[in-house]
Amino acid sequence: MQLEAKNIGFRYDNGPWLFQNTNLTVEPGEIVGLTGPSGRGKTTLCRILSGYEKPLEGNVTIGGLPISSKGVHPVQLVFQHPEKAVNPRWKMEKVLSEGGKLDEELFDLLGIEQEWLTRWPNELSGGELQRFCVARALGPSTRFLIADEMTTMLDAITQAQIWQAVLEMATKREMGIIVVSHEAKLVGRLCDRVVKF
Amino acid sequence: MPILEVENLSISFNQYTSSFKQNNIQVISSLNVSLEEGEILAVVGASGSGKSLLAHAILGILPDNATISGTIYYNGEVLTASKQASLRGKEVAFIPQSTNYLDPLMRVGNQVRTSVKTGDATAAQRAVFKRLHLQPTVENMYPFQLSGGMARRTLLSTAIVSDAKVIIADEPTPGLDPVVMKEALNNFREFADNGCAVMLITHDIESALTIADKIAVFYAGTTVEVAPVEDFTGDGEALRHPYSKALWRALPQNDFIPIPGSQPHPSALPTGCLFAPRCKEAILECGKKQPEMRNLRNGMVRCIHAT
Repeated sequence: MQLEAKNIGFRYDNGPWLFQNTNLTVEPGEIVGLTGPSGRGKTTLCRILSGYEKPLEGNVTIGGLPISSKGVHPVQLVFQHPEKAVNPRWKMEKVLSEGGKLDEELFDLLGIEQEWLTRWPNELSGGELQRFCVARALGPSTRFLIADEMTTMLDAITQAQIWQAVLEMATKREMGIIVVSHEAKLVGRLCDRVVKF
Repeated sequence: MPILEVENLSISFNQYTSSFKQNNIQVISSLNVSLEEGEILAVVGASGSGKSLLAHAILGILPDNATISGTIYYNGEVLTASKQASLRGKEVAFIPQSTNYLDPLMRVGNQVRTSVKTGDATAAQRAVFKRLHLQPTVENMYPFQLSGGMARRTLLSTAIVSDAKVIIADEPTPGLDPVVMKEALNNFREFADNGCAVMLITHDIESALTIADKIAVFYAGTTVEVAPVEDFTGDGEALRHPYSKALWRALPQNDFIPIPGSQPHPSALPTGCLFAPRCKEAILECGKKQPEMRNLRNGMVRCIHAT
């Protein structure tokens, strides 16, 4: 069940083409790095792969089939700024429930403490919030995870904690991962191969 | 003599928990740090460890519900509120973390020019834009027209053109590509080499190591270690505090292995050493009282075990 983007092209409104004829395939269990200068459209490509945007040209398939617009999207995106990705008026329990029924094991793995579930998002640090965003994205139907600068704003220990948890889940479920990052050393550590964008 | 010295600084915030109930949350406790002329001090630590609050305390721009104790000395004299007001933006320049600090209704070229105190403001602004790879057309733009990286460079420019003796930069590099990042960091180094003092607040240890002289490691609102950059090497065996060692080893170019747990919330700080609950070396004594900062091997540490 590989994730495949074929001849993708995209532009905003009538602006210049951000990219055209872009191809990317990710196998299950494979970890692919995506690097390149800012403004090239890395984030836009991630949004297309995870169903937030529709490509103007080309298509995205999983196992050769188009992705259903119903139900949970099998490609999940984790953003750079967790505080912008959770509803500030929901307690953390409700934020998590967006991901459907989650593995209890995930909480331990990510170091999410029971007591945090009753807090508001503004009562948690960036690192703590990002753990929730990762857990929410790792529902049972997730086949591919896209980490768009997922740990850029976090300190080294929290970064390593989150990545170790994600890597363990990925191996267990044979999940593919796309890592978008400017940090060459992180990409080198995590990825099987790197695509320059 | 240090140009800036922070002694025993504590900051707490008064917050309403319900309509009639207030509580006091201690966010920085007995923090000590000093900054010498000609030196770059990098302040590293997790988010929520009090790095930005320290900068805001030095500049005197904390919100009204903050209570401050301890003393800050500038040039050997106590830094009072009125002194802070007269120094900031002049002798002490600040590069804020958020690009929202730019004036949304003023062209960015003009904003940079207001920081120039002597000589031709326009020429100085154009030179600095060129240096930071900003196109000449940028000076006529408003902040909303800039990308994140361009706004970040505008903020840097305001500090670079000023005649400041002390620069406090709060996370100045995220969103910059490697070329511009290097230029920005080189600029800080030049400042220091010309006799200024720079406090570089960052969570990016790697770039801090390339230019800084000393690194102060923050944890849960206090300094746990101050170390010369040379000590950040190998397995971290030259470092003094277990948290600094853990931070160093967790980097992707090192072991990439984290220690478990997370930094305590300011409302639930442990009574003794703040790091004790996560520390492998912790003994009964560590839980009793917060260790004092002490000098050790050309650096400082807040740990009773460190040798």
